Amino acid sequence: MTLEGALAANRFGLGAKPGEIEAASTNPKGWLAQQLRQDDSGPRFAKLESTQTLVVDLVRQQQARRAKDQEAIKAFAMETRQVFLKEMAARFLNGFETAQPFRERLVWFWSNHFAVSIAKPQSSRFVGAFEREAIRPHVTGSFADMLLAVEHHPAMQLYLDNAQSIGPDSMAGRLSGKGLNENLGREILELHTLGVDGGYAQGDVIALARILTGWSIDRGARPIARMMNAVAGGASDGAFRFYPARHEPGSKTLLGRNYPEGYQGGVQALTDLAHHPATARHVAVKLATHFIADDPPAESIKRIERAFLESRGDLMKVSEALVDEPAAWRLLPGKVRSPVDYVTAALRIAGGDRLSMLDEKSIVPVIQSARAMGEMPFSAPSPKGWPDSASAWTGSDAVLERVECANAAAEKLGSQSDPVTLADEALGPLLRPETRTLIQRAASPVQGLALLFASPEFQRR
Amino acid sequence: MFDRRTFLKTGAACAAFILAGTRAQFAYAALPDDRRLAVVILRGGLDGLAAVPAHGDADYASLRGALALPKTGMGAPIDLDGFFGLHPSLHNLSEMWGHKELAIFHNVSTPYRDRSHFDAQNVLETGALAPHRLSDGWLNRALQPLGLDGGGGALAVASSPPLLLDGSARVTTWIPSRMPAADEEFLSRVAQLYANDPVFSNALKQGLETRSIAAQATHDMLNGGAAAAGYGAITPLMDGAGKILAAEHGPRVAVFDITGWDTHFNQGAGDGQLARRLAALDEGLAALKTALGEAWTKTAVVAASEFGRTVAVNGTGGTDHGTASIAFVMGGAVAGGTIHAEWKGLKSSALRDGRDLPAMTDSRAIFKAILADHLGIAKKSLEDRVFPDSAAAAALKGIIRV
Repeated sequence: MTLEGALAANRFGLGAKPGEIEAASTNPKGWLAQQLRQDDSGPRFAKLESTQTLVVDLVRQQQARRAKDQEAIKAFAMETRQVFLKEMAARFLNGFETAQPFRERLVWFWSNHFAVSIAKPQSSRFVGAFEREAIRPHVTGSFADMLLAVEHHPAMQLYLDNAQSIGPDSMAGRLSGKGLNENLGREILELHTLGVDGGYAQGDVIALARILTGWSIDRGARPIARMMNAVAGGASDGAFRFYPARHEPGSKTLLGRNYPEGYQGGVQALTDLAHHPATARHVAVKLATHFIADDPPAESIKRIERAFLESRGDLMKVSEALVDEPAAWRLLPGKVRSPVDYVTAALRIAGGDRLSMLDEKSIVPVIQSARAMGEMPFSAPSPKGWPDSASAWTGSDAVLERVECANAAAEKLGSQSDPVTLADEALGPLLRPETRTLIQRAASPVQGLALLFASPEFQRR
Repeated sequence: MFDRRTFLKTGAACAAFILAGTRAQFAYAALPDDRRLAVVILRGGLDGLAAVPAHGDADYASLRGALALPKTGMGAPIDLDGFFGLHPSLHNLSEMWGHKELAIFHNVSTPYRDRSHFDAQNVLETGALAPHRLSDGWLNRALQPLGLDGGGGALAVASSPPLLLDGSARVTTWIPSRMPAADEEFLSRVAQLYANDPVFSNALKQGLETRSIAAQATHDMLNGGAAAAGYGAITPLMDGAGKILAAEHGPRVAVFDITGWDTHFNQGAGDGQLARRLAALDEGLAALKTALGEAWTKTAVVAASEFGRTVAVNGTGGTDHGTASIAFVMGGAVAGGTIHAEWKGLKSSALRDGRDLPAMTDSRAIFKAILADHLGIAKKSLEDRVFPDSAAAAALKGIIRV
C-alpha cells in the first residue's frame, strides 16, 4: 500500500473500502482515470422514477389543492417523503458500494455546485431525479450540456422560482398582471457560471431573467393545447416546457450580446455563459478547493482553468487535469471530510455485507447522523450549496457530534473484524503510529473502531 | 441510536468529567455589570417593509399591492406611532415596545450595495466596506478587547460558528444535541488521539465545556423537548441559549443564525409564509427573554439582515433582493419604544434604482453603539480593530439605557 494509493482512495474517492488502497497503489492515477471511462451505477438507480413520471404526479397534487381535498394533499406530502427517502437510500448505497468512488465524488461535487434543496418543499420530489438525470450523465461530458440540463430541470425551475416567472409584456403577463422573478437569473450568473466577480451587473440579471421567461414545467395539457403551444414555438420533453405565451417579447442584451426572442435565445445565452472565461475561472477555483485544499495554490487553479478553456468545458479533460495536479498528491493538511463524506467513509470501510439491506427505512438514521453533524444531501441552507472548508465542520459542537457519531456508528457496526486491520485498510500509510497504538490498546473491538472513526486522519481526506 | 435516556445518563457523567478537569477555563466574565449581548443574523434578506410596515405612508397600499397589510381587522399591523407599525405576527415584540425595551431602525443596510446574498452576508458579518476584504467576523475581533477570548466567552448557536463569530479568538458552539453522548472513558481516549491536532483538540475541549454548562442550565431540554422540535425551529435554540447565557459561568455573547427570509415566491401579507416565519422569530425572542430571567435587564439583542427586498411585489407574489431593511434592538438594557427612520417615502423617485428602500442608516453604526455603550469596548479598539474604515458610520447615540 502506497501513500499515493491511500490519497487516491481517500482524497479523490469516498474513503477506502477494504482492499481498495492496495488496488489503487499499483497505478493510482490510472486507477482514477479508468473510473471516468463509463458509469456503472445504472442498476443501483434502476427502480427510481423518471422526472417525467414525477411531473405527472404534480398535476395530481394541483387537482387535490384545487379541490381542497385535505386528505389527498396530506397523502401527497407523505408520498413525496417516500420518494425522497428512496432516492437517498439509493444514493447512499451507491456511495457505500461503488467501485468508482472518484466518479461518484464528481457527481456529488457538481450536485452541490448546482445545489437544489428540499428547503423548498415543491422541489423535494425532484431533487434525486435532478442528480440522476441532469448531473450524473454529464460529469465526464461537457459543462455546457450539464448547465443546460440543470436549468431545464423541474427541480431547479421550482427551487429558484423560474417556473412561475412571467414576461411582463408577454401575453400571459398582460392578461394576468404577473411578472418577472429574478432569482434563477441571478444565481445562474453568480453561482452556476461566472461567479460573483465575473463582471455582470444588475441589468444582466434582469436580462437573463427575461430571456428565461416561459421556461417552466410541463404540467400536462390536452393534446390540442399542446399542439397550439408547439405551433407558437413552444418546446417540451414531458418534464420541461417552454411556454411562448409567458415569454417576454423582443431581443435582450446580456453581457453586451444580443439574444433573440424565443426558447433558442435562452439556450444560446446559457451556452455562451458555459464557455465564458469567468466561468472557467469560477469552476477551477471550486474544483481545486474541493479536491486539493481549502486554500489551493494559485498555479493549480490556473492549470485547471486552462484545461477548462482549452477543451471548451470538457469535464473529462478537466477531471484528468485535476488528477494530474501535483499539489493534490502532496501531503498537505488534508481537507476535513464533510458529514456526508464522513458517514460514507465509515460505512465503506466497516459496513460489510449489511449494506445491501439498506432501504428507505434503514437509511433514516444514516441521514439523521449526517444532519446532526451539520449536513444533509439536497438540503443546503441556500442555493450556494454546502460550504467546502474545514471551518464549516469543526466548530466545537460539530466536533463533539462527530465524536459521538463515531461512537454510535461503531456500536452499530460492531466488530466483525479486527479494528487495527480495518484502520490499515482504511488509511494505509496515512494512519499515524500513535493512532494505531491507541486502537490496539482499545478496551474492546467496538471502541477500537470508534477510535478509528474519531481519529483526525479518518476525519480528513 | 437516538435514545434520550442514554443521553441523560452519560451526559451527566460527561459533565462530571469536564468539571473536574477544566474549572479554571470559566474565568472570563470581564464585562462591566455582567452584561449580555445576542446578535441575531436574519439570513436571506428580510423584507423590512413587511416586518415594520409604513402603513401611514400615502403610497403604502398602492405600491405594496398584494403584500400590503389591511388597514383594519385580521392581519392589520400593530400600530406603533401612527405611521409605522409592526407585522401582526410580532405581538411579543409589540409588548417589548410597550415596555420600552425595543428600538426599531428602518432603512438600515451594510455599506454593500449589490444584491448577492453571499457577498452581502460577508459584509454584514466581517464588518468591512466590501466583500472578502476581511476574513474574520467583527464580533470575533471584539472578543479580545472585551476579555471574552478565552474560548467560553462567546457562543455560536450552531454546530460551527458563522463568519460573524469566526476568527482568531476562540469561541464555542452549541445546539441541542441529537446524538447519544459518548462516555467519559472513550472521550479521554479521543482526547489523546487529538493531542497533536489543535483543530480537533481545541474544538473537543470547548465543546465539552459548553455541553456541561448547557447540561446544568437546561435540564428540561435534555428530556427531549428541544430535540423533538422540527428542523428550522427557533424557540428551542433561543430558549436553550438564553439559559446558557444566564448561567453564572456561561458565555456573555451569543450569535443566532436564522434563515428563511428569502421570500421570492408567495410571500404573503398578514398571513402566509413570511407571517409564519416572523411569528416563529417573535416566539423565539420571547423565549430568549424568559430564559434569560433576571439577566434580561442586562441584555441587548440586535437582529439584522444582509439586505432588504424590493418595495413592489415581483411577478410571483414575492419580492426580489433589495437594499435597506430594518434592524431590531431589544432587551432590558435598551432605550426602547423608539423608531429611528429617515423616511423618504415610497414613490419610485425616492427608491434606490426605483425599486428598493434606500439605505439611510449603516448597520455598523448600530453595532458600534452597542459594543461601545452596552459592552464598554474601548473606542480605539472599536475604530481600529473591530470596524476598520467605519469613520463614516459613527456610533449612534441613545440606543442603550444609561
